[in-house]
Amino acid sequence: MTRFHVQLAAVAVVVCLALAPFVLSPFSITLMNYIGIYSLVAIGLALLTGVGGIVSFGQAAFVGIAAYATAWVSALNGQSPWLGLLLGVVLTCSVAAVLGVVTLRLQGHFLSLSTVAWGLAIGFLFGNVEGLGRFNGISSIPPISLGSFALVSSAQIYFLIWGIVAVVLFLGYNLLDSRLGRAMRALRGGNTLVESLGINAFQIKLVTFVIAAFLASLSGWLYAHMSRFISPGPFDAGMGIEYLMMTMVGGAGSLLGGVVGAAIVTLLKNSVQDYLPLIAKGASGQLEIVAFSALFILFLQWARQGIVPFVARYLPKTKRERPQPAPPLPRRPQPTPGELLLKVDGAERRFGGLVAVNNVSFEVRSGEILAVIGPNGAGKSTMFNCLTGALRVNKGEIVFAGRPITRDPQSRIARAGVARTFQHVKLRPRMNLLENVMLGTYGRTSTGLFAGAFRLNLREEASARHEALMQLERVGLGDKPFELAGNLPLGNQRILEIARALAADPALLVLDEPAAGLRRQEKLRLAELLRSLRADHLTILIVEHDMEFVMSLVDRIVVLDFGSKLCEGVPSAIRNDERVQEAYLGGVA
Amino acid sequence: MTSDIAAILAIDGIATGAVYALVAIGTVLIFTVTRVIFIPFGDIAAFTALTLAALDAKRFPGTGALVVVLACLASLIEIISLLRAGEPRLLPRALLFYLVLPLAVVGAAWLVMRMDPPLAVRLVLALMLITPISPLLDRIVFRPIADGTVLLLLTVSVALHFALVGLGLLFFGPEGVRTEPLTSFSTEFAGVLISGQTMLIVIAALVFSGLLYLFFDFSLVGKSLRATAVNRTGSRLMGIRPARAGTIAYLLGSLMAGVSGILIAPVNTVFYDSGFLIGLKAFVGAIVGGMTSYPGAAIGAVGVGILESFASFESSALKDVIVFSLLIPILIWRSLASLHSEEEIEE
Repeated sequence: MTRFHVQLAAVAVVVCLALAPFVLSPFSITLMNYIGIYSLVAIGLALLTGVGGIVSFGQAAFVGIAAYATAWVSALNGQSPWLGLLLGVVLTCSVAAVLGVVTLRLQGHFLSLSTVAWGLAIGFLFGNVEGLGRFNGISSIPPISLGSFALVSSAQIYFLIWGIVAVVLFLGYNLLDSRLGRAMRALRGGNTLVESLGINAFQIKLVTFVIAAFLASLSGWLYAHMSRFISPGPFDAGMGIEYLMMTMVGGAGSLLGGVVGAAIVTLLKNSVQDYLPLIAKGASGQLEIVAFSALFILFLQWARQGIVPFVARYLPKTKRERPQPAPPLPRRPQPTPGELLLKVDGAERRFGGLVAVNNVSFEVRSGEILAVIGPNGAGKSTMFNCLTGALRVNKGEIVFAGRPITRDPQSRIARAGVARTFQHVKLRPRMNLLENVMLGTYGRTSTGLFAGAFRLNLREEASARHEALMQLERVGLGDKPFELAGNLPLGNQRILEIARALAADPALLVLDEPAAGLRRQEKLRLAELLRSLRADHLTILIVEHDMEFVMSLVDRIVVLDFGSKLCEGVPSAIRNDERVQEAYLGGVA
Repeated sequence: MTSDIAAILAIDGIATGAVYALVAIGTVLIFTVTRVIFIPFGDIAAFTALTLAALDAKRFPGTGALVVVLACLASLIEIISLLRAGEPRLLPRALLFYLVLPLAVVGAAWLVMRMDPPLAVRLVLALMLITPISPLLDRIVFRPIADGTVLLLLTVSVALHFALVGLGLLFFGPEGVRTEPLTSFSTEFAGVLISGQTMLIVIAALVFSGLLYLFFDFSLVGKSLRATAVNRTGSRLMGIRPARAGTIAYLLGSLMAGVSGILIAPVNTVFYDSGFLIGLKAFVGAIVGGMTSYPGAAIGAVGVGILESFASFESSALKDVIVFSLLIPILIWRSLASLHSEEEIEE
């Protein structure tokens, strides 16, 4: 299956949708309209939950804000629905931005709980604010009109709704395939990796959150002007859950899943309403929600992935072409070999009463490979985390390329030219090799939200793709760039991390126990790769356990023991140092 | 606001808060042992009140039918999973726990009810009928996904709440109930009238928290529950079965929710869907305690009760808006206060 086939299928679907109002009954068209309106929210939620990993129970509140805003403008103040759209979108996005700034730093389930909280609070507000009709709602909302043509019947507004859905899907997929979209997809699985790539995770989360709210506000606007009447009911917490359900049924990781999920849930709900009274007389409304929740729970128990990813597994794979040569991305000015690159001066880090790193000082000069070694618990990893900004030192100073980075956040340090790998490999297993490496180019590229969504960035994108491929080839993984990263064996995953770090064009490469868990052959290949990188004048700092690996590779060694620096020198001197032997072997018996 | 009104509001708030505290402690208990944020606890409390009201009215409560349905479902699932695991010899034991025991409870309640029992017996009956529900739900809903992330469990838990609300309407009907007061005693303290009901609520909350404390610190089962809370794998290696610990936690938790339901029934009119707000407010309290500390949860829940009491005096329409808006700063404070190891979301 090629890109052409995908486009053909998309065109076929669009044609079918365009013809639908001419064949379907008015009732079916109304049902389709609801599906379209719910789809918008579900697409936003797919972006937020499936892609960004932020589970929100509160989207219905955003829909409600926009719906009430446009109802207030058009029904209560007699202005144009288009003005209502403007107010709805601005108001919703502002509320989302404020809520996002306040809550998006929360971790894991705390964040989801906060969405329950504001979802409920806003939901209660609709029914209790004077001037918004309280629980009676607002009626006689005018239809949307284009010039003098009013979209009154359901077949008329159908085209507007599905047109918006199509555009949103198109822009959404473009966005996901762009620089910002890759950053969004990297959010799932933790902040540490994202920050280490020079990406401000909070900022990306906020953008994703506001986009989801924006889509909800479009939905609210359409809803108000289609049903011509609003009350608090459709925006309460229950509906928030239903949106989440649509997203998860469709497949939270895919935007199309939002549409499919909205369709399935809406149709199912409709048929439940039709058939339940036949099974259990007089209890339809109650059983509906029971049947519905039960189905949802069953679904989560048996198919957490959702329908679209499930079906996609059986479709033929799309063939992708290898990236073509493109103008290179700009490189950062590299330090001259031999120049002082990193200086750690009297670093100290405490955890309560434990001094993990105690007054450690050392220097890294450009072009060398320096190893920090030491027995278990020597403070190597803590030192490493302080260098890369994952932890702050309590005392002392760290200077990189002449600039103090002691207090900088991780992403700033990464952007300054420190690229790292992880002791426990951190990749995005569901993204392919090329995309994983392209994450590394984030700091060297500049495509923003709109350029990404409207594909105004083709040149930079091509350059980034080509750069990623070159780095894959440089480390020897260039033969299958579209393989999923999760399918690689551990040795190659470590190599892939190095390729990702190289794609950032670093001045200093910091490797955290790169040989851990590797087999002998893999270690030899890794050492060879690191030597070839040194030949390209790259500076490398290794924190490592494996003495044999270190001794044959590095220029200088710093030995830590119990948090303090024991000694420093060339490998042969370290090998013969009595203090080191004592630290490792427990002294001369 | 005069100091008199403030005192009345405060006492009112403490009483409501004590009810929330019982539910909050149950929530923390379940969360620490099973990692499930059990939103439906509020529903359990509300169902208890409705059950008691039905018993008072000499009707057999819908709870009985609910337990029977759930017991059949749970047994079915247990049978299937045991057969699949190739362990049919465990079937009789499983049937005893998941089918015979709950049915026996319902049967006993039905028989006793025909004898027109006094209030104390009716209270016990209501509690007996309500306690099997959560463990059965645990078997049906949460056991198959016990290894899931906290978020998955939370999502399922929220969905379960909605199912229960629907079932509540089905089994109990839309009418609100208010049961007769448990005591007509009242006293005056520093010029403010305190009803016996209020005192009963506070005393019950204290007694049950105390009992829980004794249970956890001085009984082996309690200690095994704590061990499971700290480390599931580790406690498993020590021969503790997490599933069993979960069942005990659910039993205890629903007992506490049941007691809170009985206590609140004479004070507030309880509907089939009143549970959600009770559960969520208790939950706000539990979060104040970081979802791990029992005293923290209790103090937080009482705080919520007092806040709600004062908020409803200022604006009864917006009291819920105020309470839930306040959850956000609390969450932020908790999130900052707790040292998080980064939870890796499943890919």
